[in-house]
Amino acid sequence: MAKLLPRKDVVIVGLGWTGSILAHELTDAGLDVVAIERGPWRDTATDFNIGYMPDELRYAIRRELFLQPAQEAITMRNDMTQTALPMRDYGSFLPGAGVGGAGVHWNGFTWRYFASDFVLKTHLTQRYGAKKFDGLTIQDWGVTWDEIEHCFDKFEYLAGTSGKAGVIKGVVQPGGNPFEGSRSREYPNPPLKQPYSSSLFAKAATEFGLHPFPSPAGNLSRPYVNTLGVAMGECTYCGYCERFGCANYSKSAPQTTILPVLIKKQNFSVRTECEVLKVNLHPDGKSAKSVTYIDTSGNEYEQPADLVILAGYGLMNVRMMLLSAIGKPYDPSTNQGVVGRNYCYQTGGGGASMIFDDKRFNSFMGAGALSTAAHDFNSDMDHSKLDFVGGCSIGSGESNGRPIQGRPTPPGTPRWGAQWKEATAKTYGHVMSIGGSGSSYAQRGNYLDLDPTYTDNFGRPLLRITFDFPDNDIRMQNWVGEQCVKIAKTLNPKILTAGKARKGWNSVTYQTTHNTGGAIMGADPKTSAVNRYLQNWDVSNVFVMGACAFPQNAAMNPTGTVAALAYWAADAITTRYLKNPGPLVPA
Amino acid sequence: MKNFARKFACAALLTGGLAAPAWAGAEPDYEQVHSGHYQAILGDCMGCHTAPGGKAFAGGAPLQTPFGPLVAPNITPDADSGIGNWSQEDFRRAVKQGIAPGGRRLYPAMPYPSYAKMSDQDVANLYAYMRSVEPVAGRAARGYGLRFPYNIRTLMAVWNWLYFKPAPFTPDGAKSAAWNRGAEIVTGPGHCGDCHTPKTFLGADTAAALTGASLQGWYAPDITANATRGVGGWSVAELVAYLKTGHNAHSMASGPMAEAIENSTARMTDGDLKAIAVYLKDVPASAAAAQSGAPANDPHRVAGGEIYRDNCAACHGAQGKGENAIFPPLTGNPILQQSSAETLARVVLAGTQAAQTDAAPTAAAMPSFAWRLSDEQIADVLTYVRGSWGGAAPVSAAAVEQVRRGLRRRD
Repeated sequence: MAKLLPRKDVVIVGLGWTGSILAHELTDAGLDVVAIERGPWRDTATDFNIGYMPDELRYAIRRELFLQPAQEAITMRNDMTQTALPMRDYGSFLPGAGVGGAGVHWNGFTWRYFASDFVLKTHLTQRYGAKKFDGLTIQDWGVTWDEIEHCFDKFEYLAGTSGKAGVIKGVVQPGGNPFEGSRSREYPNPPLKQPYSSSLFAKAATEFGLHPFPSPAGNLSRPYVNTLGVAMGECTYCGYCERFGCANYSKSAPQTTILPVLIKKQNFSVRTECEVLKVNLHPDGKSAKSVTYIDTSGNEYEQPADLVILAGYGLMNVRMMLLSAIGKPYDPSTNQGVVGRNYCYQTGGGGASMIFDDKRFNSFMGAGALSTAAHDFNSDMDHSKLDFVGGCSIGSGESNGRPIQGRPTPPGTPRWGAQWKEATAKTYGHVMSIGGSGSSYAQRGNYLDLDPTYTDNFGRPLLRITFDFPDNDIRMQNWVGEQCVKIAKTLNPKILTAGKARKGWNSVTYQTTHNTGGAIMGADPKTSAVNRYLQNWDVSNVFVMGACAFPQNAAMNPTGTVAALAYWAADAITTRYLKNPGPLVPA
Repeated sequence: MKNFARKFACAALLTGGLAAPAWAGAEPDYEQVHSGHYQAILGDCMGCHTAPGGKAFAGGAPLQTPFGPLVAPNITPDADSGIGNWSQEDFRRAVKQGIAPGGRRLYPAMPYPSYAKMSDQDVANLYAYMRSVEPVAGRAARGYGLRFPYNIRTLMAVWNWLYFKPAPFTPDGAKSAAWNRGAEIVTGPGHCGDCHTPKTFLGADTAAALTGASLQGWYAPDITANATRGVGGWSVAELVAYLKTGHNAHSMASGPMAEAIENSTARMTDGDLKAIAVYLKDVPASAAAAQSGAPANDPHRVAGGEIYRDNCAACHGAQGKGENAIFPPLTGNPILQQSSAETLARVVLAGTQAAQTDAAPTAAAMPSFAWRLSDEQIADVLTYVRGSWGGAAPVSAAAVEQVRRGLRRRD
């Protein structure tokens, strides 16, 4: 029997980026907030100690900071005819665990999605007609660029993003991304110093007619004091970003931007190593009354609250909704229901790898988001002569050149032994690649639901992913890949290898931790799980954060947009919901 | 601040008749409570009398003195566990003379020799405030205990006869109002000398006021007007910034000073902070013996330079300049120039965390290197930083070993 605890105003499930943002905004509004986090407390000096953080074996290979399948596994299959099996190890994507969540181990790319991305269905229909994306269940987000721009701005100034604006108040800025949505002001910090590979790409891309610019980075180009008064350090280009916590206070993370202020608030508390099992609803199913959670000793507690914020990783939020009967589960055979709908991923196949004899790169110096990009082939390009929609952000840079995984070799080199050793030594520092981060669009058979067979330690069904890349996305990647190869050829590499995208998503090789959809936002309760404020249509005191709200994924990394949506929802809660609790949009 | 104090005053009205019979019928005067609250800030009562994470004034964590551990007691108005039964006169005698009701002698870890400079009115206000805080039942954990013969409290009468010369604060007509206010706080309620003034073997202040002293495993630095080791090289504004935020362009507080800043100085008025700065900058500079750093080609300093680049430079910078508001600079940092490297060795071994204040909430932390660097390596790196950026004397492995042993004892 769960022990009933005293009521709180708000319970937040998960204390990563979105949990921290919501906790900060809602405590500022005077609410009593408790966050329940299944992983441990983590802080820079104690957990990302500079003396041992650059331990690639411990953090990148054994993945100490990540969710382990023993705690929560996910089953996967490529289509509905297959029987899903549990992933025995996380490979294709790596969900975070612990305070800070994926905000601890990310690389730092801090993009804003394009203005057109938020109204994608309308935009593509107007431009090409709906037939152009037949078979894809593309939707609008229910929120527009103009509405959400200030939320992106708020996050960038919190995170200390380093970048160069491309369009400020409608005026194109030299050196920035001319295709981006018009922003209200410049980035808080200038771009990182660009490495040789970036400058080669920039030159080649410019000659190719593209518009290269430094990628906006959550790796700080200079010391910064953020909007909450929290000081951050300058990036040292050590190259231990992705899969690591930053030891230098120089990567945007909840620990380096919000938690120092949040944790001192009297009206905030966090219970770590406590796993929420379920959100409990009132008998009418229209509002949540509490969450049930379990601590590491197996004691169960019921925490009542007026407002429940699901702020775990997107996939986990979807599972929590399904386990708690929040919203109608999606059924692809009838195309009815909403929870689990429009699951998407991120593409990135294609691309060109180059090995040079005559060029030397300092691969050992890098930063997670240190790159120069071009958005000429992004989702807003002209598709009228192409057989796909969507696109890729392409670019080149140095994110890391670590001793275990950063060992490129020419094609045909043995995978081990003396020849391999010799080849890695010879090749290191002579490699650059042009690759991309591409859009991933939804189709009917790609979805999330509860696995009918496999359960977790507590007897709850695991989440099941049914997914493969739509043909549209494969065509898109391969076309962009060809463009990358054309650019690469102008650099005259000794060896040029072209990547090729294929169908058959597998969960073994790392691809990207950008899982989106499943609890998508929108204007229609028949096709979206949450309204434009991330409020569940049916259970109005439950708000659902994360990339699970994306109706489809754009051609950029998601964190900036995830954070902007969190501010957007927090704003709606504090300025509108608290005055009149209930549905913010009539169903 | 006013609302805060008013809340306390109301709480006192509500609970007064229920929990603490000694104050039944008492009507705390708002202005007096408010002023007393500020006296508690000036005196940093919280620092000793509140345990980390514990209820305010319900008793502190053991204070490590050279004579054994001491625990500051519960001073909430709880009648049984705290000082709920104390009269205003009982309170005055304890604060200003070190004598508790019944004649029990307090140890001067309770800074009554400094508090003796407080006016009776200030102490009366403090009493009014202390009666308004939440009464908490339960005594502080006992920290067994002072060693013989220091555990015989009556001997304190002898100590007092030797060292305790109570005198009210007397303004110096030749100095400015700010200087006098600063002097009053520094030598009175602020009790800065408790940490920063060297002590006799019996723990009394020597005449070398504020020239730096070792305590609790830290070295409280020289805060006289000495231009390199003290605060003589800091402007008034920089001193104010340090006391208000926990850092300035020269240094960053950690350890006991971080606590003092969080509980006390960061909450003082800007006027008082400026007064403290004006006074400290006029305290006669210590006549410290000149030091000379290890020469650049000294093998220990050379080795230390390599260790520095591998372990320290990522945050403190290759040139030791640090980064504003997050990583303290080493160049020109007075902590590097102290005669003792105790604080330096300690922060390398155990790590430390900066003060967290409203103005500077980051509270960045330095990690521990005890597991990674040997005593000799730490001595070398300290020899390097002291030699390179302070011209201060080399550090021996034996000195680091001693600090390491001290930390182990405290575990």
